[in-house]
Amino acid sequence: MTFFGDPEVWLPLVFAGLMGFSILVYVVLDGFDLGVGILFAGAGSEERRDRMVASIGPFWDANETWLVLAVGILLVAFPVAHGTILTALYLPVALMLLGLILRGVAFEFRAKAPARQKWAWDVAFFGGSLLTALSQGFMLGMYIMGLEWSWMTASFAILTALCLVAGYAFIGACWLIIKTEGELQRGSVRAAQWALWGVVAGIAAVSIATPLVSPRILERWFSIPEIFVLIPLPVGSIVLVAVLAVILRHLPDATDTWSWLPFAGGTALFATAFTGLAYSFYPYVVPGDMTIYEAAAAPESLIIILVGSLFVLPVIVSYSVLAYTVFRGKASELRYD
Amino acid sequence: MDALILSRIQFGANISFHILFPTITIALGWLLLFFKLRFNATGEEGWMDAYRFFVKVFALTFALGVVSGITMSFQFGTNWPGFMEHVGNIAGPLLAYEIMTAFFLEAVFLGIMLFGFRRVPGWLHTLATFLVAFGTTMSAFWILVLNSWMHTPAGFEMRDGVAHATDWFAIVFNPSMPYRLLHMLLASGLTCAFLIAGLSAFRLLRGDRSVGVQKAMKTGVIVAAGLIPLQILAGDMHGLNTLEHQPAKVAAMEGNWETGPHVPLVLFAVPDQGARQNNYEISIPSGASLVLKHDPAGVVPGLNDFVAADGTPLHPPVAPVFYGFRVMVGTGMAMLGLSFLGVFLMIRRRKTQPHMAERLGKWPLRAFVAMTFSGWVATLAGWYVTEIGRQPWLVTGVLTTADAVADVPATMVLSTLIGYLTVYATLTIAYISVLFYLARKASNSASPVSLPEAPRSAAAAPKLLPVGVSQ
Repeated sequence: MTFFGDPEVWLPLVFAGLMGFSILVYVVLDGFDLGVGILFAGAGSEERRDRMVASIGPFWDANETWLVLAVGILLVAFPVAHGTILTALYLPVALMLLGLILRGVAFEFRAKAPARQKWAWDVAFFGGSLLTALSQGFMLGMYIMGLEWSWMTASFAILTALCLVAGYAFIGACWLIIKTEGELQRGSVRAAQWALWGVVAGIAAVSIATPLVSPRILERWFSIPEIFVLIPLPVGSIVLVAVLAVILRHLPDATDTWSWLPFAGGTALFATAFTGLAYSFYPYVVPGDMTIYEAAAAPESLIIILVGSLFVLPVIVSYSVLAYTVFRGKASELRYD
Repeated sequence: MDALILSRIQFGANISFHILFPTITIALGWLLLFFKLRFNATGEEGWMDAYRFFVKVFALTFALGVVSGITMSFQFGTNWPGFMEHVGNIAGPLLAYEIMTAFFLEAVFLGIMLFGFRRVPGWLHTLATFLVAFGTTMSAFWILVLNSWMHTPAGFEMRDGVAHATDWFAIVFNPSMPYRLLHMLLASGLTCAFLIAGLSAFRLLRGDRSVGVQKAMKTGVIVAAGLIPLQILAGDMHGLNTLEHQPAKVAAMEGNWETGPHVPLVLFAVPDQGARQNNYEISIPSGASLVLKHDPAGVVPGLNDFVAADGTPLHPPVAPVFYGFRVMVGTGMAMLGLSFLGVFLMIRRRKTQPHMAERLGKWPLRAFVAMTFSGWVATLAGWYVTEIGRQPWLVTGVLTTADAVADVPATMVLSTLIGYLTVYATLTIAYISVLFYLARKASNSASPVSLPEAPRSAAAAPKLLPVGVSQ
């Protein structure tokens, strides 16, 4: 392995990259599932709720698996960090798991339970999605605050929790703009317009808070020459937000040609924000406490996983593309036959 | 109670709830593929009806399995950080391969399998069904490799208290893996066969005479009767393997205190760990020697061999292992009796009775309804035997359970435990009710009144409804 240099240096970096990629894919993909669940509350009619569920029906399970992969990589590549982070976030993790359980099962139960119980599973679907988004946002906030519990950090985490709900609602609304038509599509455009400002608030809050909390992050961003390389990130975000706001004002268009644009723009915005965040924290996996190099598992075990993932990940991506292709177009009624 | 015991209860509750659903889906995936292939081969609509009914059961069960499984991957970190710190180099790659080769495969193709019937060519739908079944089995393979390694670790060396892999072949094919995997896959087949038979019997009792339900009933009974002898054989082999590698566990299963020849087979007793003896014992002389050594004079290890000099027991707690083993074997015997009776009746009345309902008769059908979830009982009991039987070790000889637990306040563990238990109890009741609701709905939409017996059996059925089913 000397050809690539010291594996104790590049292996942790590769796995941190893989983990970051999985988290980003999860946030976009299950983000839209959870967003649809959050927007469920304002759907208005059962027919619309059914259509919203149909728009994510064939996908949500695979989307959720990216979370398992992300936490799996944290578990297998950075075992010590996995324990430290998850014990520090014990309660929000438990709440998120309850939320994921409710969301996932409500999906099936609402279609199969007796009709008069359907409302209860609809509530569970909305409540589970909301609880999941809130707990994930709370965990994000606590992570940014260095996993320290105090009134100040918890308040910030509550703010990021609310912003992530808005973020998921935004990407969920963008998804519905692609997958629906008529009044549901128009309503989704309005929801996306509102939620976009929540996203802006969230990105702004995190961008202001991170350098304030950590002098190290402040220095990483505001030193020369780094600042010139980094400037596209904030500028890009501002441009994306402006473009999204303009596009949303012109949707839905008469021929429905551009309905995919908000989702694409939203994904780019999420990716930009995520890259900035990842840059801030590198090389730490437990903020300010443990670097990816200190937390990494033994190289001989990481190599075994890496070799497998080089074969398997492209296959996963290609059959995921197949599934999205099979179920392209406007969502129709979910049928087993 | 301290955080250790609460964390153990919490993990036990999570994994017990989780295993209920994969136990069904692992085998149900293959049986759905069987229904689909039979339909492709014969063109008989009945096979497709059976597929359509049980694919609903599969979708619901799968969702419950997925969401309860996610809990597991987080619990390693929240409650058992010591596990990954000490043996993460072994457990990590095995879990990673499970996620990469199994979870994504089953999750992606599940969408096509469930909702893609009209959208993809027939061959692709059949392929998707196959890949989902294959994915669930791969998942079982990897997780049982890891679990078996925790029982009989191999292929590693310890450096500074951390396990490092030296031989991946030895890790994957560790001594107990083949037996445990076989035992679990057969358990899944039996659980699923009795679920299919139970729900189909419920529909038959309600007067459902559709072709699909009869084909499903027949499949369930035959698969059950075919697998149970294999399971008894596999269980015996697994027991002998455990005797070789974890003798203290076998001693607890048998309730045997003293090492020696002519050890009796204890059918029932109340083991008293404090007094180190059994009360109210009913046993067969030399039975345990015969079963474990295939020789009445065979020397069988006893629990008293596993006590430290200061009197601390080094063996697992006796009572749960002892009772769990008897519940599992007892359920297995009931499965054997009922499935063989079912096959016998089906053959004897083949000429005289055209319908499965009359071939099997009312009481055997009721017994099948009562045994719908018998696979859950046997599987859980078996898991308690093997996992509690591993105590006080988390990884035999390498890491104790107490050394792996998180430093989390007991109140926090308790509050989340109550939350989980509430949700799990609600969901289990909802799951069972919805399965019977689906069965009732299916039998109502089938032709119910063509035979005179039908209304009578339908009237008798509500008495058999399990807890939580509303009319």
